[in-house]
Amino acid sequence: MLERIKRTRDGSFRVNLSPEEREVLATVPPMLRSLVESSGPGDPAYERLFPPAYLDDVAKDQAFAEMVHDDLAEARLASATVLERTVGADRLSEEEVGSWLAALNDARLVLGARLGLSEETDVSAVPSDQRQDYEFYRFLSYLVQHLVIAAGGPAERELTWDVVKRMSREKRGGL
Amino acid sequence: MVQAPVEAPARTDRPDTGEEVRPDLPWVVIVWNDPVNLMTYVVMVLQELFGYPREKATQLMLDVHFKGRAAVSTGTREKAEFDVARLHSKGLWATMQKDV
Repeated sequence: MLERIKRTRDGSFRVNLSPEEREVLATVPPMLRSLVESSGPGDPAYERLFPPAYLDDVAKDQAFAEMVHDDLAEARLASATVLERTVGADRLSEEEVGSWLAALNDARLVLGARLGLSEETDVSAVPSDQRQDYEFYRFLSYLVQHLVIAAGGPAERELTWDVVKRMSREKRGGL
Repeated sequence: MVQAPVEAPARTDRPDTGEEVRPDLPWVVIVWNDPVNLMTYVVMVLQELFGYPREKATQLMLDVHFKGRAAVSTGTREKAEFDVARLHSKGLWATMQKDV
């Protein structure tokens, strides 16, 4: 697999992306900023970035939201700003890789909510007016997977065997 | 493992919003299945936030994926809120409750 983000010997990360791909990524920070700053409850994408902590206690949940919302919004904006500043860079620090991961995953959550993705989404049936968002989403998924591996997380193939074992077990259990 | 790019929200005083249902029971932090977060990403986040070994993080992720949810941590209400906030900052769909 071609590694798009690769840890180098000096601890920094080399970024292997084309100018066209970077142009696409440059649309992420404005998208996140406008959502965090200008949207609110009622927008599924906003609700996905600021979800409830308590499902059955409105008062507790409101207190929680008041406590964490500003810090959470600030953190999301900070990651977007780092991505914006470094989107053309060939090298990233470990911290910057973390910001890319945060911002690109936030963008996937936003697009996923807008597209109404579910486990059952039939990829071949995505309507043509959503095709572009869907391709964007898929590109971000691909990059997030590369960032996860660069950051020391598992590759998909490392989890595959666990998943297969689990699936056969669940099947036997009659689920 | 990359350091967390964002700090968890600072603690602030908050008004008492009511009685605890069962003060003897710990709060349980639940991560729910969602169609967006990659399985590998969820494993990485659980390792990073809670220091779980790869195997345990993978097991929890598979519970989330196949059973729809998993209990990822327990503790006082303050600790559970702290964990939920950190999970939210990573984009995971997390809630907290007293009973599992």
